[in-house]
Amino acid sequence: MSKEELEKKAMVSLLAIASAWYDQMKAGEIPSISLPSRTKYNIEYDDASEVWKYGDKESMRTAASAKSATHLLKMAYVIGFIKQQLRENRSSTLREMYYISEGWKRAKFGAQDESNFLIEDLEILSDVPREGFHLHPEENGASIYGPMRIREETRRGMKTIHCQDDVGQAGYTIPNNVENIEFVDHDAKFVIAIETGGMYDRLIENGFDEEHNAILVHLKGQPARSTRRMLNRMSMTWDLPILVFTDGDPWSYRIYGSVAYGAIKSAHMSELLATPKAQFLGLRPSDIRDYNLPSDKLTEKDVEALKAELTDPRFATDYWKKEINLQLEMNLKSEQQAFAARGLDFVTKKYLPARLADMGII
Amino acid sequence: MPGWLHLVLADELAKQQRSISVAEFFEKNKHLLGFDSPTRGVITTIKEAVDNSLDACEEAQVLPDIFISIKKTGSDLFRIIVEDNGPGIVPKQIPFVFGKLLYGSRFHQIRQTRGQQGIGISAAVLYAQLTSGLPTIVISRTGAKEQAHRFEIQIKIETNEPDVLKNEAIEWDRIHGTRVQIEFKSTMAAKKKLIEYLKYTSVVNPHARFRVELDDETFTFERVSQEVIRCPVAIQPHPHGIELGQFKRMAAASDAKLIDFLVEGFSRVGKKTAQEMCDRARLKGTLKVSGLSADQQKALLAAMQEVAVPAPPTTQCLSPIGEELIRRGLDKEFQMDFVAARTRPSSVFSGHPFMVEAAIGYGGKLPAEGNAVILRFANRVPLMYQQGACTITECIMNVNWRSYNISQQGLPAGPVLILVHVASTNVPFTSESKDAIASIPEIEKEIVLALQDLGRELKTFLSRRDRNKLAEDRARAVCAIIPEISAKVSEIVEKPPVDTSPIEGKLMRKLIAKKWTRDGKVTIELANYSGFEGEISAYDISADNAADAVPKADFVSEVDGQFTKVWKMTIPSKSNWQVTYSGKGGGILDIRGIDDSKKMVVDLDV
Repeated sequence: MSKEELEKKAMVSLLAIASAWYDQMKAGEIPSISLPSRTKYNIEYDDASEVWKYGDKESMRTAASAKSATHLLKMAYVIGFIKQQLRENRSSTLREMYYISEGWKRAKFGAQDESNFLIEDLEILSDVPREGFHLHPEENGASIYGPMRIREETRRGMKTIHCQDDVGQAGYTIPNNVENIEFVDHDAKFVIAIETGGMYDRLIENGFDEEHNAILVHLKGQPARSTRRMLNRMSMTWDLPILVFTDGDPWSYRIYGSVAYGAIKSAHMSELLATPKAQFLGLRPSDIRDYNLPSDKLTEKDVEALKAELTDPRFATDYWKKEINLQLEMNLKSEQQAFAARGLDFVTKKYLPARLADMGII
Repeated sequence: MPGWLHLVLADELAKQQRSISVAEFFEKNKHLLGFDSPTRGVITTIKEAVDNSLDACEEAQVLPDIFISIKKTGSDLFRIIVEDNGPGIVPKQIPFVFGKLLYGSRFHQIRQTRGQQGIGISAAVLYAQLTSGLPTIVISRTGAKEQAHRFEIQIKIETNEPDVLKNEAIEWDRIHGTRVQIEFKSTMAAKKKLIEYLKYTSVVNPHARFRVELDDETFTFERVSQEVIRCPVAIQPHPHGIELGQFKRMAAASDAKLIDFLVEGFSRVGKKTAQEMCDRARLKGTLKVSGLSADQQKALLAAMQEVAVPAPPTTQCLSPIGEELIRRGLDKEFQMDFVAARTRPSSVFSGHPFMVEAAIGYGGKLPAEGNAVILRFANRVPLMYQQGACTITECIMNVNWRSYNISQQGLPAGPVLILVHVASTNVPFTSESKDAIASIPEIEKEIVLALQDLGRELKTFLSRRDRNKLAEDRARAVCAIIPEISAKVSEIVEKPPVDTSPIEGKLMRKLIAKKWTRDGKVTIELANYSGFEGEISAYDISADNAADAVPKADFVSEVDGQFTKVWKMTIPSKSNWQVTYSGKGGGILDIRGIDDSKKMVVDLDV
């Protein structure tokens, strides 16, 4: 969907919400709205798209109590605000909108969580991602380094950028709105999405991208929506294998989970944000054992998280069961950069080539 | 060990053994009487002096006016003065009251009093003497015709006898009363507790006025009742409540025959009962009671326990505060949304009459979080320490407060105040410091019953309040927020504003009064969906004088800058009435002449 189409769709669906309320009140009825229930009990696996989405449980919000009425009032103010933004072709961050709401009197937000949640509601109701509302998150996007060329629409016109030749040592920064990017061409065999900056820098410094024609993406911990959207688009547009390379602990497996399957908070956008074809590269618990990596003992919270993952449908495969049980048995975890104990080249010369060959990538 | 050695040792030991005086004993066991720390000493001293003053005023049937002063006189020296308008003490008695431990007028009396053993104030005198070395100064006057006397007193520790350092007749502006001045080493670390003590004392003595001078601060706890409380009348001991020691003293002091001794010396014992007791003890009723042997005494005492005797009379010897006065006392010191009080019928444990009173307060200025505020009282004296060891606390924890919609974690929590007062001729304290009441099944039962009764009453209040809250919440949504949604939505869809009053009418079926302020104009609008068409009046109380009101108010009055404007009108069904005037709004709007359930007032500016 083009940028213009997306904006048009946003405008139409938001105005439809307001119109419905107008008609309800005109008919002497209390305005109300139906929203999908946003809990983990209403998350379902969609076989067709292979991602996790909201189910069909809905809850009705009727302006018959002060709390619900205030919620609808806030929604009306946000719709009015987005309408004005789209009309004037301006954009703002979620945080800016939170501050703008200071002037909305009774409709002002108490905390930023509240405004974020409301925007997510509007995304679900309109089936338009927030970029279509000209709202973007403040977290800056992660970076990309590798043999690919994109065209980006910037304030200073269209720019074509090669993500090795035209960028600095840190790579190309993914913008907030990935929809503004056009994928031109590439010369890559695969994409490695890396959790930590240290490992991302190590691979660039060791020339891994050139040697193996790899695109490196820095996830910066739990990846932002724009980063996940970028991976999704690279997978869809170029059909490149996406490999996720993280630390070897339960929290990192969740990073992989959100890249591959989506997160509860954004389950309504899973088709756009999740990359079901993404594969987990490492660091696997068996790597800790096989390479005898420096490690730490699992904490109580780690063990709890691992056990929770054993019952998580997203990790309900033989592969994950085996690895997680092994980790619980060893009671150890390691960081990506623990490979440095075997020399700075070990990860690019030994571990990754072996692992990639093993996975059938090279 | 050979036998002779025993003898020698016993001899040696006997030389070292000597009787220790009560005063000496106290010096080594201060904690038993509430003087375990310097901070606590201040509270105990004031408590003992105030107890005495209140008891004295009660006996003399005067409304207590008590002045309390605490002043720092040295780096760690504090001077405490307690002055009352009681009957005063005759000069001859003063040295004994203040200068001899265990000298009391009420020790052998069976009625409800605050002080009992006569330890309290003399213990404070001793404590002062031990820490500061200063004598206690007492001024007392018994009437207009008598002169006031000023004493400087200490206690002879070895003999527990008063030591009068100075005694002079002086001029004193009070006609009758007593003033005690005690100076000892202490700190004011417990200032908060002290103020709490005074506040609580004032709650259960609503007939008393306390004026307090704390360093440079002065404040007053006013009386809310002008009624002098009835002084409890002493009764004879009950045969089921007597112990061997007391029995022996009574027997030794009597020259009556056994039957007469029983009938006259004990309550609820008639000739028939007395005869039954004698028969059971296998004693002749004509024996002189003073001539009984120790074994005979024991047999008689046992027989007295076995024979059924009606419970002792309870009303004359006890002095409950009363539900109304407890409510007024609490109202005065704690501003709360709800207060209820119960005075249980009197009852008896081990032959001692007792009575339980309780009260529950909710909301208002009570702290919303944390454990309930607990006020424990025994014979109108607040119990300030050892809350955890007290049976009152135990009983409060044993009540299931959740069933009255109060959260509970052991103790009930939230904006709740619980007061329990146990009045008895013999309050069973856990120790001599009189901080906690011992666990006695009869007393516990009464406390729990009183609390459950009050809990039910509180629950009714809470659910009524919640219902009102829900209705108010709905009214707010419909009358204040939906019009705003309407305004915003109409602006977004670029259509003429929707009138939301049909929604109000449909939902509320009430007379809806709204008040709002825009651009310096106050508007009051009444929309009648109630079906009621009689005359009603709108009372609008605020700082605005509404001189330019259209329509003009039917009546305006002013008190302290607050104007009460009244409009009278009849509003036909499904139509509106409106008034506008210049002003800042705020204040209170009330509609009268229509049933509460048929009206709803909404302030749109809130």
